[in-house]
Amino acid sequence: MIEIAGIEKRFGRLRVLKGIDLRVERGKVTAVVGPNASGKTTLIKAILGLTRPDAGRVVFDGERLNGAWQYRARIGYMPQQARFPENLTAREVLAMLKDLRGNPAGVDEDLLAAFELEHELDKPLRTLSGGTRQKISAVVAFLFRPDVLILDEPTAGLDPVASSLLKDKILRERDAGRTFILTSHIMSEIEELSDDLAFLLDGRVRFAGAVSTLKMDTGQARLERAVAQMMRAVTDDEPRVAA
Amino acid sequence: MSTTAKIIKYELSDVIRGKWILVYALFFLVVTDALFRFGGGSARALLSLSNVVLLIIPLVSIVFGTMYLYNAREFTELLLTQPVDRKSLFRGLYAGLAVPLAAGFVAGVGVPFALHGVEAASHYVTLATLGFSGVLLTCVFVALAFLIAVRFEDKVRGLAVVILLWLFFSVIYDGLVLLIVNAFADYPLEQPMIALMLLNPIDLARVLLLLTFDASALMGYTGAVFEKFFGSLLGMGLSTAALGLWLAVPLLLGMRRFRKKDF
Repeated sequence: MIEIAGIEKRFGRLRVLKGIDLRVERGKVTAVVGPNASGKTTLIKAILGLTRPDAGRVVFDGERLNGAWQYRARIGYMPQQARFPENLTAREVLAMLKDLRGNPAGVDEDLLAAFELEHELDKPLRTLSGGTRQKISAVVAFLFRPDVLILDEPTAGLDPVASSLLKDKILRERDAGRTFILTSHIMSEIEELSDDLAFLLDGRVRFAGAVSTLKMDTGQARLERAVAQMMRAVTDDEPRVAA
Repeated sequence: MSTTAKIIKYELSDVIRGKWILVYALFFLVVTDALFRFGGGSARALLSLSNVVLLIIPLVSIVFGTMYLYNAREFTELLLTQPVDRKSLFRGLYAGLAVPLAAGFVAGVGVPFALHGVEAASHYVTLATLGFSGVLLTCVFVALAFLIAVRFEDKVRGLAVVILLWLFFSVIYDGLVLLIVNAFADYPLEQPMIALMLLNPIDLARVLLLLTFDASALMGYTGAVFEKFFGSLLGMGLSTAALGLWLAVPLLLGMRRFRKKDF
């Protein structure tokens, strides 16, 4: 569904992505994991076209992205931190996004009901709590029944009830054939949701493949252990740079 | 409706909700009305108003323009995750601010003139020129504001640059011109002066305005030279064209940068 080849990105002197190759299979959940500042969000933004890679290419469903924008009609995105126009209410934002796409029929507002957001819809977004904004952000991601959903730490900031509602939704939509890319630091969550896993460290992909393969390779039954073992192995390989 | 038109629609409702645009229109309304009541007839009102326009419009347009683009960051990021191309978004953001600012100015000045009327038919021409230059200045300085806001990530630095730029064009530039005139008093300065004037949008608008007043003595050095050199009609055409460039170039540069920017 998405093919990434040789993506590089630097911000000033900081090289954030140092040549990333990754395939995201259709109808599967691909988790992107890695420590903070390993380039996960930058990678996601490159797929969305929010940042322009310095080198490499992103191919979305056979189409090479190079300043393209129409393909975003097929992507739902939930950023790490939900940022909305502060003065608008959630209802206005939803109406605006629908209007922008010509008010398509059959939008998916399941999560709106599941999260019981009805009372929050008419308050200005700046007055809402972080968790509530996060819920609205999830509603926005699923709203237009996109083929691909990109969720950047979707459950961070959600209470356990909302978090499990969202996870149920992800699994339901995966079974309906949608493709997911998600990042998370919670390994049990990735174990629960993901089919494939890409491990990013310092701007490079250190492992990409099925979650089951990773467990088998490392001989660990739990993903958390497997990832930890891989992280240690990778950092031990790394020649130490004198500080 | 095109994407740009939709974005303009959202931005307009946001600007109107912000209410400061009403304050801006009200400012021009009060000033114009006061000039009528205390300054005597429409001729004096027009002349005084020109000075207000040349000072206030660039300042407000450039400061509001940058603030607005910085504040629209969330809106911009949200829309860029949607099937929206950056060109349409940039055009929509620009028009969404330039249109209400220009409309606020036109309404604020227009209403008192409609109420009080003008003394001579020729004043209508002056009034139209005033409106035209005001709108053009608004567009030019919003374009400059956008270029700077896109160029500088940091809000505080962007605002500082903007204020310096306004000070430069409206105050420092004149001083520099006088300094040059003084220093090179023994040389023919007509052509260099005209070149200097083309490099300052506020000067251009001033010349455009004062050519219609037929009061070249009030135009200062560059204006007087300008009229002598080109005559009124050609002079007006030329300064309008130059202002057009002052609008197009920052806007295109800003757009180019916006299209490559990382969010």
